[in-house]
Amino acid sequence: MSTTTVAAPLTNSLTAGKLPKYTSLAVLGASWLVAAAVFLMLQLSGASKDFNLAGTLFFGTVLYCVAIYLLSYFVEGVRKAKDRLVTALVTAAFVVALLPLVSLVVTTLTNGLPAFLTPSFFTQSQRNIVGAGGGALHAVIGTLFITGLAGLISIPIGLLTAIYLTEYGRGRLARGITFFVDVMTGIPSIVAGLFAFALFSLLFNDPGIRFGFGGAIALSVLMIPVVVRSSEEMLKLVPNDLREAAYALGVPKWLTILKVVLPTSLAGIITGVMISISRVIGETAPLLIISGFTASMNYNLFSERMMTLPVFVYTQYANQGADAQAYLDRAWAGALTLILIVMVLNGVARLIAKLFSPKLGR
Amino acid sequence: MSKRIEVTDLNAYYGKFLAVEGVSLTIEPRSVTAFIGPSGCGKSTLLRTLNRMHEVIPGAHVEGEVLIDGNNLYGPGVDPVLVRRQVGMVFQRPNPFPTMSIQDNVLAGVKLNNRRMSKGDADDLTEKSLRGANLWNEVKDRLHGPGSGLSGGQQQRLCIARAIAVEPDVILMDEPCSALDPISTLAIEDLIEEMKANYTIVIVTHNMQQASRVSDRTAFFNIAGTGKPGKLIEYDDTTTIFSNPTVQSTEDYVSGRFG
Amino acid sequence: MTTAVDRDALRTTQRAGDRVFSTATIVAGSLILAVLAAVAVFLFVQSVPAFLAAPDEFDSGFTNFWEYVWPLAFGTLWSAFLALIMAIPVAIGIALFISHYAPRKLAQGLGYIIDLLAAVPSVVFGLWGIGVLAPMLQPFYSTLVEWFGWFPLFAGPVSGTGRTIFTVAVVLAVMVLPIITAISREIFLQTPVLHEEAALALGATRWEMITMAVLPFGRAGIISAAMLGLGRALGETMAVAMVLSPSPQVIFQLLTSQNPTTIAANIALNFPEAHGVGVNILLATGLILFVITLAVNMLARYIINRRKAFSGAN
Repeated sequence: MSTTTVAAPLTNSLTAGKLPKYTSLAVLGASWLVAAAVFLMLQLSGASKDFNLAGTLFFGTVLYCVAIYLLSYFVEGVRKAKDRLVTALVTAAFVVALLPLVSLVVTTLTNGLPAFLTPSFFTQSQRNIVGAGGGALHAVIGTLFITGLAGLISIPIGLLTAIYLTEYGRGRLARGITFFVDVMTGIPSIVAGLFAFALFSLLFNDPGIRFGFGGAIALSVLMIPVVVRSSEEMLKLVPNDLREAAYALGVPKWLTILKVVLPTSLAGIITGVMISISRVIGETAPLLIISGFTASMNYNLFSERMMTLPVFVYTQYANQGADAQAYLDRAWAGALTLILIVMVLNGVARLIAKLFSPKLGR
Repeated sequence: MSKRIEVTDLNAYYGKFLAVEGVSLTIEPRSVTAFIGPSGCGKSTLLRTLNRMHEVIPGAHVEGEVLIDGNNLYGPGVDPVLVRRQVGMVFQRPNPFPTMSIQDNVLAGVKLNNRRMSKGDADDLTEKSLRGANLWNEVKDRLHGPGSGLSGGQQQRLCIARAIAVEPDVILMDEPCSALDPISTLAIEDLIEEMKANYTIVIVTHNMQQASRVSDRTAFFNIAGTGKPGKLIEYDDTTTIFSNPTVQSTEDYVSGRFG
Repeated sequence: MTTAVDRDALRTTQRAGDRVFSTATIVAGSLILAVLAAVAVFLFVQSVPAFLAAPDEFDSGFTNFWEYVWPLAFGTLWSAFLALIMAIPVAIGIALFISHYAPRKLAQGLGYIIDLLAAVPSVVFGLWGIGVLAPMLQPFYSTLVEWFGWFPLFAGPVSGTGRTIFTVAVVLAVMVLPIITAISREIFLQTPVLHEEAALALGATRWEMITMAVLPFGRAGIISAAMLGLGRALGETMAVAMVLSPSPQVIFQLLTSQNPTTIAANIALNFPEAHGVGVNILLATGLILFVITLAVNMLARYIINRRKAFSGAN
């Protein structure tokens, strides 16, 4: 070590073997080219009919991972090689997740847009419709009513519980609630529907009960634990220093929570509520069971079957009539509507979160 | 084990903001050098440029040269990972890895390069490093307990043990005692005194008594105002800086008239 | 004198506010326990007739409830297991990509894109699975059976439609991906900068820094994220009901037209037309599903709690 002298700056002992910056891109391009060449030969030799683009990208990427690891292993050493391999894998994971999303959005748009743009889609129900035509107004109204009611029930209960768990909860009750909230997040949506059915059919002694309020109850069972979990996580992130600072100023505990803790975590809580709404608004199974399906408008949550958008999509797909294409078109249009509603919800929530979030330096 | 550090015309940036401008100084091996100065004068930034931790912050970059025994840290092809193995760092707040036991914390850096270490070697190194950090007697019975269970001062010494287990040539300390009580501070200061025999130590401190107690040489930094870059004002033997500084602002600062 | 009165007044208002507020939170918390108990009780009460049902109440030649539910329970666990095997590594990869690899300016937007995937309703995934994914995967299945048919899981005859348990597992994996990703990502972003810098200062590469500081800090978070994903995969109804061509039996082969169906899908397909004891039988299978998810969740909780002494949070 001490042999290196100032007079010889060229022999810098801190330099390690290092690949030039463009190596990754070059190797990736080369890997894809090699894979493309292999598949092109397969095509020319008649082993496969079309050029396999998906296969090219897949095997090209695999080849890249191997190549960059080996190259880096010999030039930069095993630790750097591992680092590069992980970088490649992690990036690939992200791209892989994008594929279904892109495919799904494109398919929904191309299949759903024609029926979606028909004026009757948002002005009519399916009453007395056989074949093409009609709309999904009854389903849109049902979804808004049922999800809205579920939100009204779930958000206060969930938020208060989260506050209890982070600010007050000590001892067995708190541990029990934490535990069972976790258990409830794992409740399958269909079980929530079955629960609402079991409850109300016993209560009203009606073995075939179907109504909107039951759907709201079922959705609440699903929504409350999500609200609790996400809000709890966010409340826990509020540093204790802030609470203590408020106490030291003589602010009572409940005001500290309302004025200091909640505002600090508001953005996160809204994100959590958003996730919970977007989770339940697309729920099909529980509504299929307790709210049923119908072709007509129904503004009353407390009597008769109530159509919702997800159930609309499912029934249009599952019970195709003579003109099957018309039913499929409506199913895709319903799917498009659902996705749009969810995206608007997301956008608004993000906007709110952005406007109100405190600037926490990291 | 210890090395000379030469800084030449160093500018450090955060994005477009110039935080440190035109610093040149030489730090002798086996000595303790203190960086003092008012808040925001760039002394911590300069410290972090000495082991390329500055660039960890997004947008941060450096111009100029830092030579460690003649090797430029910012030369072409230099691997920051290698730099950091030779220049260890202790942070302002103790930061043992909370998920690791005390022993795993000490060995964390060593295990990176030497995966298959026999249990005997590992135990020896743990003991040596913890003894080097004056912590062995306090923790030898609970080496497998979590590091977060220790007191603040013990945690900081654990971090020092973790840094010296890698056997670096230089140890940088960024206000290592600012989160500690006086007794723990004293323990760390004693430790710095002992470590001087083996390492080149650079310490950033807000506490001028601490600088005068532990350091051989002192560098005073200052800024002309907020938004202006920090500059090296004066660099000399600690006794000179505190008794007979040549620059007026240094005298004002060390005598407590501002800052 | 006046100061003493003021102080008293202050104290009483404090107490009232605090008491009302804390009581409200306790009531809300207890309500959750009550709801969960109600789920168990009502499902059980309605299930009793199914346990006692006569052999001729079951279709497909089953003679009692347990014979009926076993293949369904198997299909539920098998499909969820396959889905998680695929989803967890990818999800952790994406979370790391967003939190530690992607340029900081892009990271938020990328996270938003993945969140969009979470927002897609399951019934849309069902439509996509049967309309796009199944036809796309079918040729791949043919190749797989042709070359690797000797491997028991890939044994033929291959399904002609692609509506297999493997396709279902892929759809389920895509569906649980965003949940696992979102939670892991949040946790990874919260890794204390101090710990990350400590690792870097010891001379760690980025990946080593992640294994030393980020992953240990996020371990409990990853488990709870996977648990949420498992919960969704076990209970996912519509995608399975729409994509799978079911046959109620225990089969491990992934690519044939004979596939075990899941409890949830079976309920969704049969509930609208069920009547009499048939309803009770379906409710009872729902109870079994509830018990399975309960057991899975309790196990996951146990694992998390065991690691608590070493967790990063204070």
